[in-house]
Amino acid sequence: MSKSIESTGIWKNFGDTQALKDISFDVNEGEIFGFIGPDGAGKTTLFRIITTLLLPDRGSMTILGLDSTKGFKKLRENIGYMPGRFSLYLDLTVEENLNFYASVFGTRVEDNYELISDIYSHIEPFKKRLAGKLSGGMKQKLALSCALIHRPRLLVLDEPTTGVDAVSRTEFWEMLRKLRQHDITIVVSTPYMDEAIRCDRVALIQSGQIMTIDKPQNIRDGFSRKLFSAKAADKYGLLIALREYPGTLSVYPFGDSIHVTFSEEKPDKALTEFLLKNGITDAVLNETEAGIEDRFLELMGKDETRKL
Amino acid sequence: MKRFLGFVRKEFIHIFRDVRTLTILFGLPAVMIILFGYVVSTDLKNASLAFLDLSKDDVSIELTDKICSSGFFEKTADLSGYQDIDRILRSGKAKAVIIFGEDFGRDLEAGKNARVSIIADGSEPNIATLVTNYATAIISGFNQQLLLAGQVSVPVIVPEVSMFYNPSLKSQFMFVPGVITMIMILICALMTSITLTREKEFGTMEVLLVSPLKPVHIILGKVIPYFFLSFVNVVTILVLSRLVFGMPVNGSPILLLAECMLYILLSLSIGILISALAKTMQQAIFISLVGMMLPTVLLSGFIFPIENMPKVYNWLSAILPPRYFIVIIKNIMIKGTGFAHVWKETLILAFMTVILIGLAIKKFRIRLQ
Repeated sequence: MSKSIESTGIWKNFGDTQALKDISFDVNEGEIFGFIGPDGAGKTTLFRIITTLLLPDRGSMTILGLDSTKGFKKLRENIGYMPGRFSLYLDLTVEENLNFYASVFGTRVEDNYELISDIYSHIEPFKKRLAGKLSGGMKQKLALSCALIHRPRLLVLDEPTTGVDAVSRTEFWEMLRKLRQHDITIVVSTPYMDEAIRCDRVALIQSGQIMTIDKPQNIRDGFSRKLFSAKAADKYGLLIALREYPGTLSVYPFGDSIHVTFSEEKPDKALTEFLLKNGITDAVLNETEAGIEDRFLELMGKDETRKL
Repeated sequence: MKRFLGFVRKEFIHIFRDVRTLTILFGLPAVMIILFGYVVSTDLKNASLAFLDLSKDDVSIELTDKICSSGFFEKTADLSGYQDIDRILRSGKAKAVIIFGEDFGRDLEAGKNARVSIIADGSEPNIATLVTNYATAIISGFNQQLLLAGQVSVPVIVPEVSMFYNPSLKSQFMFVPGVITMIMILICALMTSITLTREKEFGTMEVLLVSPLKPVHIILGKVIPYFFLSFVNVVTILVLSRLVFGMPVNGSPILLLAECMLYILLSLSIGILISALAKTMQQAIFISLVGMMLPTVLLSGFIFPIENMPKVYNWLSAILPPRYFIVIIKNIMIKGTGFAHVWKETLILAFMTVILIGLAIKKFRIRLQ
């Protein structure tokens, strides 16, 4: 399988801040590759290097067979980019935005309509509306249409689902999956761990470093210990108590429950007694399957111990 | 080419859809012209005068009437003696006092020099100069009248005051060229720098950069609409000043418009350069206003004569394009001179334009910081 992106040892500084440290990864042609990480992890910087907007301090990147630094002119014809803030002209209508981006890339809306029809049909009824008056989900669809209008071979989406409602987010990922039929490689970033599962492969990124790259399922399976989900009426008290329990390895709130791992294989009576002593009488402990987020936190924990 | 036209089209939509931009583009020039023309007017209108008539004969009374009916002056007090002069000037009730000496009329008839003094409040030098000039003019006019009527054979006072180019010393004639100069810098530099930095701030520049558009396309695409609109603006200002103030274009209108185009182009390239340096719209506005507008008003010779400035400011003003444009536009509009008299300034402006455009394109970043 040929590669859309080959990145080797990319470093980038902004003054004293190390934004990217030794970033290496490959993206296969036609796959959806996700970068998952919290805000400030370096995702946007990396994406700007991929889209030739920034030059790396060190390292090299080959995109669609072209060097990202030397071949930037040719590359810019073949990349579709949707920056973190939807780059739409808010005082232009939906239709005008689309026509403008089409003309900038030297094409016409009609020529590639079938590519975007799935997405654009959602907002076409509002084509005379100003982009500034659209909802977040509609802006996102319009921005995606604009990024796709010149039929790019590589689509780079920087946090496309941030600030968009849950329904639109689900719809959006379905659209991305459909785009794979058109041989478009998609690189996408998101701070939402639950979206990782929708990518073919993901890279977990933290503080400018890639912690791991794998299929989402493999990443979940990489979780090394038994994970338990704990619940009690006094959630905060339970959290404090679990933190203080000597046998606890990791503990963090997770939705309405608490995810916890222990040094022993299975927590025994000592834990129950410990909790009782701390006034938690109704604690329920169940083994649960680890998600990407659990794995992410586990890797982060390792990273921190390593630093120490 | 199609890419480029699409870009220009988009720019026009931006401009025509934004009420604020339109207001600045077309409202500002009109307001400025009217404001500078009327409010900052240095013409005299109903200036308060006090009279000390020691003679009180027919001639002095007639002359007093003539002065007061001119529209320039208004009699606010009749003084009874020299001791009142200081008081009335100090109180500010009169800008000047006109004194007719004793036996004013009799001296006049006898062919002797009749004495008229004008004592003006020198704490407001501009007004004092205006008042004395106007009053002298009226008195000599009166004198002329007497001569023609044959009432006297020898002139009483013959002040030799004559104005070239602006016979009535209309201040608008001074301000209109200045306002055009200022507005063009303001609109061209400010507006283009704002529209380019707006793309940066809204993140749309990122996509434009990733697109195959060349920097020169982006820059020209921004410049062309504003060039066109600024030109319409210049014409509006000229028509407006013609209709409202009767400001003539004594020289060739075509030469004038051509020079205006050159100046617009120059101002636009300043705007692009500013946008290359500024990261946000606020920075762009700040640089345009403080960096361009203030020097234009203060150092270009628009209000204060360059000749009177300290050497350092004089040198500083030499690098300001408005300085040269004001000379050009005044020469063409008021003096009616041709290209032969302004070629030097034109050449300097053309040279500056080339350098600025080159610099602006060079400074334009094809990547993000």
